[in-house]
Amino acid sequence: MTEVLVVVEHSNGDVKRVSLELLAMAAGIGTPSAVVAGPGASNALATLTAHGAETIYVCDDAAIANHVVVPMVDLLAQLVNDKSPSAVLIPSSIDGKEIAGRLAIAVNSGIITDAVAVSSDCTATQNVFGGATIVQAKVTHGTPIITVRPNSIAPNEAAGAGTRVDVSVAISEAARATTVTNRVSVEKSGRPDLSEASIVVSGGRGVGGEEGFANVIEPLADALGAAVGASRAATDAGWYPHQFQVGQTGKTVSPQLYVANGISGAIQHRAGMQTSKTVVVVNKDAEAPIFDLADFGVVGDLHAVLPELTKLLQSR
Amino acid sequence: MNICVCVKQVPDSWAEKKLSASDSTLDRAAAERVINELDEYAIEEALRIVEAHGGEVTILSMGPAEATDSVRKAISMGANSGIHIVDDVLHGSDAVATSLVLAKALEGRNFDLIMFGCESTDARMSVVPAMVAARLNLPQMTFASKVEVNGTELRIHRATDYGYDEVVSALPAVVSVVEKINEPRYPSFKNIMAAKKAPLDTLSLSDIGVDAGAVGLATAWSQVASFADRPAKAAGTVVTDEGTGAAKIAEFLTTQKFA
Ligand SMILES: Cc1cc2nc3c(=O)[nH]c(=O)nc-3n(C[C@H](O)[C@H](O)[C@H](O)COP(=O)(O)OP(=O)(O)OC[C@H]3O[C@@H](n4cnc5c(N)ncnc54)[C@H](O)[C@@H]3O)c2cc1C
Ligand SMILES: Nc1ncnc2c1ncn2[C@@H]1O[C@H](COP(=O)(O)O)[C@@H](O)[C@H]1O
Repeated sequence: MTEVLVVVEHSNGDVKRVSLELLAMAAGIGTPSAVVAGPGASNALATLTAHGAETIYVCDDAAIANHVVVPMVDLLAQLVNDKSPSAVLIPSSIDGKEIAGRLAIAVNSGIITDAVAVSSDCTATQNVFGGATIVQAKVTHGTPIITVRPNSIAPNEAAGAGTRVDVSVAISEAARATTVTNRVSVEKSGRPDLSEASIVVSGGRGVGGEEGFANVIEPLADALGAAVGASRAATDAGWYPHQFQVGQTGKTVSPQLYVANGISGAIQHRAGMQTSKTVVVVNKDAEAPIFDLADFGVVGDLHAVLPELTKLLQSR
Repeated sequence: MNICVCVKQVPDSWAEKKLSASDSTLDRAAAERVINELDEYAIEEALRIVEAHGGEVTILSMGPAEATDSVRKAISMGANSGIHIVDDVLHGSDAVATSLVLAKALEGRNFDLIMFGCESTDARMSVVPAMVAARLNLPQMTFASKVEVNGTELRIHRATDYGYDEVVSALPAVVSVVEKINEPRYPSFKNIMAAKKAPLDTLSLSDIGVDAGAVGLATAWSQVASFADRPAKAAGTVVTDEGTGAAKIAEFLTTQKFA
């Protein structure tokens, strides 16, 4: 079986769940090989091995993180040329999609973005038009380069050989064209990562303000062990940071459970949450389009319903 | 500062679907074609930069004959001229081919900045700007939530999952913008009139030196094998809160094993 390269997203070796999901997906196509690079890459070895990586290509060069996207593309292009993998799987994140785009040009290959499944012959399934249409697509030239959405498959718990292979890449002139001078993090909440969370509790204009998020939305999220999301109306008003916006121009989420509170369900919001497995809605307007997506909905005031619900959940 | 903004014409599928959601009627005739709304933020940012530093804004679009309307519309926000790449064989081109055509059209024109929206609302790939940067060998300054030009230096805030990165490069450069960067203006009457007479170059593939065999549906490096509508979701249960709404949700969550 030929190798399938999986691009690992991590922070100082702390592997993002989506990369483990991609290892499981790769196992359905060929032999999963992880590619992990940047500061702390070596710290990721144990986790990757435990989730089925047979080979782990490690590039521990911290300089990789100092330039936008290109060093990772150079590294992957080198591996694609050396190993002729049957596919490259990349998380559908901002960086992931741009890495995929440039890699396609570098190795003369077709590209598919936002797959939710990939079959053994590399046919990719995509949900397009906000999830309304399901497409089967295939790369017909070169090495299939496919970006995959988080929460598309469960990680594999069976260990692989985890053979470490050190690789290096020169920081090219093209890479040095951009320099990252500073990284600014919005404060960590201690809650699950929004794009990867299995439960998301979201608030919209109906939440009424910053305090509403702190006093009503966050406590419910914590009672469910969920991530917090927000509509654009809420992030634009400054009630919650932009990073938590769900929708066309925010994060695309596909959790097991999405709880939409005080959100009308504009098409741009739905584009980011339509493929959630189960949807619960609280909205005081029975005509709100978000109810079309609801598995369970309550027409009512979120300020009354949610604190009560939080209490009930906490008492279990 | 001479800036080119790449603009894609897309079907206004959002508005169409929104209608059906509110009153359950689908107006099929209303497949109106509009400027990709993310690109309006790029146009706005380009206009602000030339207002501060001088220079001109050119609109570039690849698309069918009717995309000319979108180029004129983009110009009417306050740009100076347009370039429209139109050719029958372009139909069905993928991102690899689109980036080739845009890069070839841009080659040798000496723009200081080439700007994009960060995503088209129909394809939603977010790859074309990075691909064009790769092809033109220019700095990739993408997903900008803030853009600052200082002489020959460019500084941006690049949106990330955890916040943003501060990134610096030289000019010329490729920039894509996210929607939170600004609030696009409405065209003024004066600019709408001016746009009607603004210079607009319509070019074919041979004009920009692209081989017809490199583009189009038949040669695309990724192909759709089949597609289907998502099966309609079974209608859920909706109850009106009469004091027991919370308890009912809790019960639902329990039966679904979420709590
Ligand atoms: C280019 C572009 C990109 C966009 N991208 C996004 C995106 O990524 N994500 C996104 O979300 N939007 C996006 N939008 C905006 C989108 O069109 C909507 O404006 C937005 O989603 C509305 O947010 P909302 O549902 O919170 O607010 P509203 O539409 O104002 O809805 C508020 C809802 O709260 C309900 N409500 C009020 N008070 C209460 C209460 N006490 N209890 C219960 N319910 C209550 C109301 O009945 C109403 O249904 C985008 C728009 C554009 C043009
Ligand atoms: N046919 C096109 N003509 C001009 N610009 C385009 C075209 N297709 C994509 N773009 C630009 O590339 C951006 C990203 O598109 P995409 O990679 O398809 O999501 C868009 O916001 C446009 O700025």
